[in-house]
Amino acid sequence: MGDPVELGGRYSDEGADELVFLDVKATLDGRRTLVELVGRIAERLAIPFTVGGGVRAVGDAQELLAAGADKVAVNSAALERPALITELAAQLGSQAVVVAIDAEGGAVRTRAGTTDTEWRAVDWAREAEERGAGEILLTSIDADGTRDGYDLELTGAVAAAVDVPVIASGGAGEASHVADALEVAQAALLASILHEDPARLGTLRAELRELGVALR
Amino acid sequence: MNVAICEYGAGNVRSVRIAFARLGVEETDDVRNADLAVLPGVGSARAAMDGLRARGHDAALRERFAAERPILGICLGLQLALDETEEDGGVTGLGLVPGRATRLREGRVPRIGWAEVEDRGAFYFAHSYAAETQHATAFSEGVVAEVRYGPLLGCQFHPEKSGALGARYLEEAVSLSRA
Repeated sequence: MGDPVELGGRYSDEGADELVFLDVKATLDGRRTLVELVGRIAERLAIPFTVGGGVRAVGDAQELLAAGADKVAVNSAALERPALITELAAQLGSQAVVVAIDAEGGAVRTRAGTTDTEWRAVDWAREAEERGAGEILLTSIDADGTRDGYDLELTGAVAAAVDVPVIASGGAGEASHVADALEVAQAALLASILHEDPARLGTLRAELRELGVALR
Repeated sequence: MNVAICEYGAGNVRSVRIAFARLGVEETDDVRNADLAVLPGVGSARAAMDGLRARGHDAALRERFAAERPILGICLGLQLALDETEEDGGVTGLGLVPGRATRLREGRVPRIGWAEVEDRGAFYFAHSYAAETQHATAFSEGVVAEVRYGPLLGCQFHPEKSGALGARYLEEAVSLSRA
């Protein structure tokens, strides 16, 4: 996929509204996200920067913020111990706490999507909000990688259940998918279609404007 | 030209530091005498005020303000410059600018994302509280986006996170403090 420092800087320069950097296998591999790498990416950015992967305690989050992240995303560790969300919100403020949810068939999965949980996505999102999450980053495992569009049903249901912003993730293939996602969610995340062709970001933004989506 | 960035032990101050370094502005620890003092905006109000006091920045900022030396307050930094904020059950601010910060009552809270500031373009916001003051100089979706009062310039948005437009905003703050 290339050098994340260079790629992040390029996205920032070319009009991305935010950068999300997730070390998705951090929990599985038992490591914390590479703080030093986060610091080098931050140096190249002039846009908001969310970092996730392996955050298990307030101290981990503080290290990432000190390195230049604006928000931390938590996933598996929050499912194991929901009080983590409460602690992060109290220490960092809700605006810095993103709860990432991976859902398949409406049910939450953990440990990079490898393990079942008891939670329905809608209920876990509500619980996360009550505990102080400032945003929900919602990835549909069903839609992820299909390039057939975001999971609008799941995203709409979660966005209706909470009052904090919801970021739709998984399934983006073309501009109209993003436009549809922004009808139900407050933001849409793009990954693989940009990583394989970073120049796509500029053309995508132009296409979105043509579709009547208000962009900066 | 130099800038002092008030650390208070929480959140992402590094982005502000990087943004000023990009503008070629030198950094100093001297909050009282720097050409420009920046009160960045991260964390919760009570922790931030405690952190400011513990480091003596509260007194240094009041002294600067009285001497008409420029201060830039960003996000929570702007809110702390007011008399008080509703956050954390009520916290007394620095009292540099008459007014108070109150919790946002409309839309999704926290209000996170890019939003249009009237006549200025889009900037990045991330907040749950906003200023209520007679000294607002710009609004975004009905929310106070900028305050100017004496030597204080306060912005609710994060210029250090607002791309090229944000960099220009910081550049203007720097050139104002040169004058």
